[in-house]
Amino acid sequence: MIWLNRYAKLVAACTLLLIAAGGMVTSTGSGLSVPDWPNTYGWFMFTFPMSKWVGGIRYEHTHRLVASTVGFLTIVLAIWTWRVDPRSWVRRLGFAALGAVILQGLLGGLTVLLLLPPAVSIGHAGLAQLFFCLTITLAVVTSPAWSGARALTDPMLPRITLATTILVYCQILVGATMRHIGAGLAIPTFPLAFGHVLPPDWTTAIAVHFAHRAGALVVLAAVTLTTAHIWHWHRPQRDLIRPATLLLLFVCSQATLGALVVMSALQPIINTAHVVNGALVLATSLVLTLRVFHRTLQPVTGDVKRSRRADIPLLEKDLREVHG
Amino acid sequence: MYVNKLWAFFAGALMVVAVACGGQKDEAPGAPPPNAKRVDPSKAGNVTGRVTVEGAVPANPRLPIEGEPYCSQQNPNGAVAENFVADNGGLENVFVYVKDGLNGYWFDVPTESVKLDQHACRYQPHVLGVRVGQKLAISNSDDTLHNVHALAKANREWNKGQSLKNIVDEKVFTKPEVMIQFKCDVHNWMHAFVGVLDHPYFAVTRDGGKFELKDLPAGTYTVEAWHEKLGTQTQTVTLGEKDSKELTFTFKTAAASSN
Repeated sequence: MIWLNRYAKLVAACTLLLIAAGGMVTSTGSGLSVPDWPNTYGWFMFTFPMSKWVGGIRYEHTHRLVASTVGFLTIVLAIWTWRVDPRSWVRRLGFAALGAVILQGLLGGLTVLLLLPPAVSIGHAGLAQLFFCLTITLAVVTSPAWSGARALTDPMLPRITLATTILVYCQILVGATMRHIGAGLAIPTFPLAFGHVLPPDWTTAIAVHFAHRAGALVVLAAVTLTTAHIWHWHRPQRDLIRPATLLLLFVCSQATLGALVVMSALQPIINTAHVVNGALVLATSLVLTLRVFHRTLQPVTGDVKRSRRADIPLLEKDLREVHG
Repeated sequence: MYVNKLWAFFAGALMVVAVACGGQKDEAPGAPPPNAKRVDPSKAGNVTGRVTVEGAVPANPRLPIEGEPYCSQQNPNGAVAENFVADNGGLENVFVYVKDGLNGYWFDVPTESVKLDQHACRYQPHVLGVRVGQKLAISNSDDTLHNVHALAKANREWNKGQSLKNIVDEKVFTKPEVMIQFKCDVHNWMHAFVGVLDHPYFAVTRDGGKFELKDLPAGTYTVEAWHEKLGTQTQTVTLGEKDSKELTFTFKTAAASSN
């Protein structure tokens, strides 16, 4: 199982690389630099000569090759999980990841052949993050720490972490919409919108862009709340403190990168860093959520070493119920 | 059950691809209607003129060709965009055409094709016109790959790769559209603009902003001048039989407008 876990981590890391490669395609406007699919200028994808990797083709073709590699790695991951892991839901998760990566490949091809319709491109970007979440989940649930998790009694925490993860994903979808309708500079000033807190004029592009900025504040607040809650009530729990702290760091970096994207007028590397860091925010929030849910679902036994402060609200609630 | 649903989805997706890629057939206009009017060359007139520019002409930005060895080799001194080509106060690369006033006339589609070449990592010419149903022959004189992406709105948008030197693809537009932007997504600085019209009365300004619309029948016309950065201007002109009129369009740059 340890090698399966290491392999799942490798697949997740390669998926992050794939997201970076895809980010560069959109950021450089190279999405249609290879007009055909699955071939590349008529060549079989893997035999396309390197001498012809010029201009935007470098980004698009690299993206396709990394995607194919991740696809192959996912096939192996699904089969390996099926053969090794005794839990049926984990085995199904492996094949769900395989289905997701196949669907993702088809969406990638469709968006090229249909000349980048926003709906398909946004679907491609959204599914990329879901597939990344599946690989992260497989890496988390196959880890040795997963089977040795201790019980946690904090009914609030699963709700907070799940809500934060959903918010982060929604924010990523709004960001993807902004990118694929070309609204990245619909509000070209930062932090104010055309010198105002609210944009003086509204178009679809401005509304989507503004929603992404407003969403960033909501996500920042949610992550701060989650991290503060964990710091306050679960400080000894290193498996929670570490992702919570990392989540706060990533979300602060993300806000900074978002500002830089606007101020640099969509510089491709900064733009891609924003996309990749967004995926890291989602992944970290997901890891935290998975660990919290898993630990909350563990049966509480007498020998379980509880968190220093986690039970205090429950005890207070119990006392209130006992004494009216 | 799950597998069946998955296959059903893939089959659906493939059908969408098939429909999307099946292609809409590019067809030339059909036969003229029975009551179609024809232009009598012996009674036709001309509209000539010039497009000028007022105010400081902005400098064209340098093209980011440095990262591309072949394109750099073809442009050893670097290259600049063709957004503003001005000569002695005249503005070139302006598409001038009859926008309105030719209702009821029928014009045969020329059999010869209009050429658009990719040479030294640029489109040549930068602005051109083609007739509805006329062949546009797009060639690649470069020893590198280009893709030709027509960002049409009224016509069908398409994207064609040209991976070999001297390859030629012929395309036909089926509806009038001014202008269709062409771009190369491989080399993102490459742009061309194509005006598609169902009549022959269009020109691209050259030689200090001059243009000529020849063999126009008598009538009142709206003439439009289009520039990729400065927008459009229209004028109305009335032409009698064997008449000649002169028009001048003056575009103001941002520097002139702010004064």
